[in-house]
Amino acid sequence: MAEPDPKPGPAPARLVTYDTHPDRYRHWKLAFDGDVATLAMDVDEDAGLRPGYKLKLNSYDLGVDIELHDAIQRIRFEHPQVRVVVMTSAKERVFCSGANIFMLGLSSHAWKVNFCKFTNETRNGIEDSSRHSGLKFVAACNGTTAGGGYELALACDEILLVDDRSSAVSLPEVPLLGVLPGTGGLTRITDKRRVRRDHADVFCTLVEGVRAPRAKAWRLVDDHAKPQQFGELVRRRAAALAATSDRPVGARGIALPPLARTIDDSGYRYPTVDVRVDRVARHATITVKAPDSDEPTGADAIVAKGAGWWPLAMARDLDDAILMLRTNELELGTWILRTEGDAMRVLTCDEALDRHAAHWFVRETTGMLRRTLARLDVTSRSLYALVEPGSCFAGTLAELAFAADRGYMLALPGEPARAPAITLSPANFGRYPMVNGRGRLAARFYDEEAPMAAAREAIGRPLDAGAAVALGLVTAAPDDLDWDEEVRIALEERASLSPDALTGMEANLRFGPGETMETRVFGRLSAWQNWIFIRPNATGETGALKVFGTGSKAKFNRERV
Amino acid sequence: MTIDYSEKIPNNVGLADNRTLQRALEHWQPEFQSWWADMGPEGSTNFDVYLRTATSVDPKGWAHFDYVKMPDYRWGIFLAPAEAERKVNFGAHKGEAAWQDVPGEYRSNLRRLIVTQGDTEPASVEQQRHLGLTAPSLYDLRNLFQVNVEEGRHLWAMVYLLHAYFGRDGREEAEALLQRRSGDADNPRILGAFNEKTPDWLSFFMFTYFTDRDGKYQLASLAESGFDPLARTCRFMLTEEAHHMFVGESGVGRVIQRTCEAMNQLRTDDPAKLRAAGVIDLPTIQRYLNFHFSVTMDLFGADVSSNAATFYTTGLKGRFDEAKLGDDHLLAGATYPVLEVRDGRLVTVEAPALNALNEKLRDDYIKDAAAGVERWNRIIDKAGIPFRLRVPHKAFHRKIGPLSAANIDPEGNVVDAATWARHEREWLPSAEDRAFVASLMGRVAEPGRFANWIAPPARGINNQPVDFAYVRFG
Repeated sequence: MAEPDPKPGPAPARLVTYDTHPDRYRHWKLAFDGDVATLAMDVDEDAGLRPGYKLKLNSYDLGVDIELHDAIQRIRFEHPQVRVVVMTSAKERVFCSGANIFMLGLSSHAWKVNFCKFTNETRNGIEDSSRHSGLKFVAACNGTTAGGGYELALACDEILLVDDRSSAVSLPEVPLLGVLPGTGGLTRITDKRRVRRDHADVFCTLVEGVRAPRAKAWRLVDDHAKPQQFGELVRRRAAALAATSDRPVGARGIALPPLARTIDDSGYRYPTVDVRVDRVARHATITVKAPDSDEPTGADAIVAKGAGWWPLAMARDLDDAILMLRTNELELGTWILRTEGDAMRVLTCDEALDRHAAHWFVRETTGMLRRTLARLDVTSRSLYALVEPGSCFAGTLAELAFAADRGYMLALPGEPARAPAITLSPANFGRYPMVNGRGRLAARFYDEEAPMAAAREAIGRPLDAGAAVALGLVTAAPDDLDWDEEVRIALEERASLSPDALTGMEANLRFGPGETMETRVFGRLSAWQNWIFIRPNATGETGALKVFGTGSKAKFNRERV
Repeated sequence: MTIDYSEKIPNNVGLADNRTLQRALEHWQPEFQSWWADMGPEGSTNFDVYLRTATSVDPKGWAHFDYVKMPDYRWGIFLAPAEAERKVNFGAHKGEAAWQDVPGEYRSNLRRLIVTQGDTEPASVEQQRHLGLTAPSLYDLRNLFQVNVEEGRHLWAMVYLLHAYFGRDGREEAEALLQRRSGDADNPRILGAFNEKTPDWLSFFMFTYFTDRDGKYQLASLAESGFDPLARTCRFMLTEEAHHMFVGESGVGRVIQRTCEAMNQLRTDDPAKLRAAGVIDLPTIQRYLNFHFSVTMDLFGADVSSNAATFYTTGLKGRFDEAKLGDDHLLAGATYPVLEVRDGRLVTVEAPALNALNEKLRDDYIKDAAAGVERWNRIIDKAGIPFRLRVPHKAFHRKIGPLSAANIDPEGNVVDAATWARHEREWLPSAEDRAFVASLMGRVAEPGRFANWIAPPARGINNQPVDFAYVRFG
């Protein structure tokens, strides 16, 4: 690897943030026409996030993906009238040529893995919005669509390819770079597009890819048209998809202002989330706060509150905290999840989320919460929830405890007034499915009837440590005499274990039986890709990824492993 | 009813202010008392025993003598005084401040070390529980009981660590220490030697001389631990362990002395004649010695051990007299000789010193144990008898480690199975030997009287006369 992993010590000097705004986009053009938004990729090759590479041919790095993520967020919330997003390119003859190879060659292993994870999450988010919110996506591939570019297209509902006798869709990672189409491509061609596996095998080993007619015959694209007719095809398909959407007509969006975040040596502070880092103990404490005043319950008042409505504000703050910690604090291996505030206010918001579930803004907010919690699930950090006095693990916030690898709850049988409680709400029964399609409680109990029925029966009742243990909601419930030591030792013990083994163990345990396309992307595809990334055949001095573009030929160790 | 445990339990660990510990003890103490009633010295509940009770760690405080009924014995919790700014003295953490709390990283290994040590304490009480019925004198009965209550106190010392530092896991382990039983097929004690019977007083003396001396070496190694509470606990336990070894050394010495007297009286070294005279012949004593020595050799663990290396490198368990050793206290690249059987012979090979720490501790122990055997030989010399007791080779009669695969005689020669079978009765106590020793065992309960097979001691306990009523039967 060209760049050694960062050394332990003070906070990383060059902090990466995920803040951006359409006014500042360097790589995308966002335009609106009625219920169609056009998101045109126009990568500024000199505006890479880090020095050392040029983003030629609409290739991307994390900075390009951060803008894509931001654009989709804004379409969701600021432009509710949009029913279809057309993804296309503002460049001639190239749609997108995928992740920038020189960037990958210069990146540490950790950077590559984190970059790919965020890319995967953004693509899953595209499909999530299509599935849950009626926001449809058309990939208008108006030129070469290679590698990560085709993977982006695969995340859309439909793929249209210009038939100019040279543009092709391709996944050239294996033959060209000695790695995988690792941000969903390999999975989506089978699981989503149902490309026959021998066709997929041929396709994935063809550097030049497949052009229009055969691409359609092999299900790699949905349709194609000559350059002169391509615009019309795109319009027609966009209109057809728009007709299937239930996004609102005439609704006004809510603005997503910049996050009110401050950063200092001790961590990040947001209105609803506080992150404290301990670089010696190597953990971060993430405290999520309940609303500090009564939140509105009527739909109009909720919309009026907009991005300040607690469920959305909290989701945005937490999402950002997760991304910031993941990208900037690699050595903080354990995240302690805490909550603070009035559980009743959380539950009141939960009721509003249910009552107005069909309202576009509430639906989008639920989606944001769902995706944020799912981000936590696939985070390669040990997650320990601490349920302490003053906490509010209720409904939506109780999901944090169920996302955690372990939950510790303080037992105070002698002091019921001070004893912390967990309160279940309908939110814990399927509102926020994990990427495996199951709710966290359902996954925790393997959908078994008895524990699920017992949990359902407990909805709305504050559960003390004894009850939480009995229902299987927490791992352990030390009392006040034991608490400090038990927690300290548990954290120290965790911090001493191999970070790699923990990442693998946690990922295995968090997602039990039953696969979905998403779990296959994060599990089978990413795990293999991450293995290939550290193998000399990819990243050694003569590895394929390393020598790409130098004119040298890769030299492989030919042993099959 | 609330019990004031700080009143009831002598301690120097701030028990009065430690609610965690008080709460743990509220549950454990009644369980301990019921264990003592079930498994402690048989039929002894109402005896008034002249016992030493530790009431503090200064020399006066831990040598406080009085009559006490054993169930009322004030089992206390004592740590040797803290050394200011004590450091971890070896391994990867060498030079760091000694840990006052359990490092989370080493919790399970530390707990395992403490539980293994702690398990031996109640085990030996269980092994010895019937011996009171055949005590050769009140003096010896009292010594047995003293050893028993102090093993009980050592259990308390280990339970204190589990309660104070290991949370719920520690409390569960502390309960399990009372649930295992020596020799129980379903629920045995952890170490093999502590599931053997202690059927007679010669075995008891041998056990306290050889096996309790293993305890001394284990405790001394743990007294070097980077986990300071363990180090301090073990340092204080060592002061008590010395008495147990005294009981063993003087006990065997008095048996030898009595045998030598009889040999000179009868002018014979014929075991049959000596047995007929009701004393234990020297070859039988040698065979008991061989047995207990070899069983104790196994307690040190495998000759080449990755656990031992881990415990050392992580600062949990040091070497005997670690601070006095003049090396780097890291042992990186160092080697230490261990024995292997090759081509039918014992050969010495160099093993990584870190992995050979059990062997090193075993060798330290052997030097110490052999010195006491020489003191026994002086008794025989003094009586003008041409016989010498010998410590067998350390590879003799091993049941653990690679040496257990070979038959090795007391001189260290590898022999074939037929040779072993032919000579086993010369080397180890036979059933007949044990039956004979058992036949001598009978209770002597009058002050100043001693069984025929053992000489009286030169002096009594705490400057009391030998014919003092060390035990009064209620």
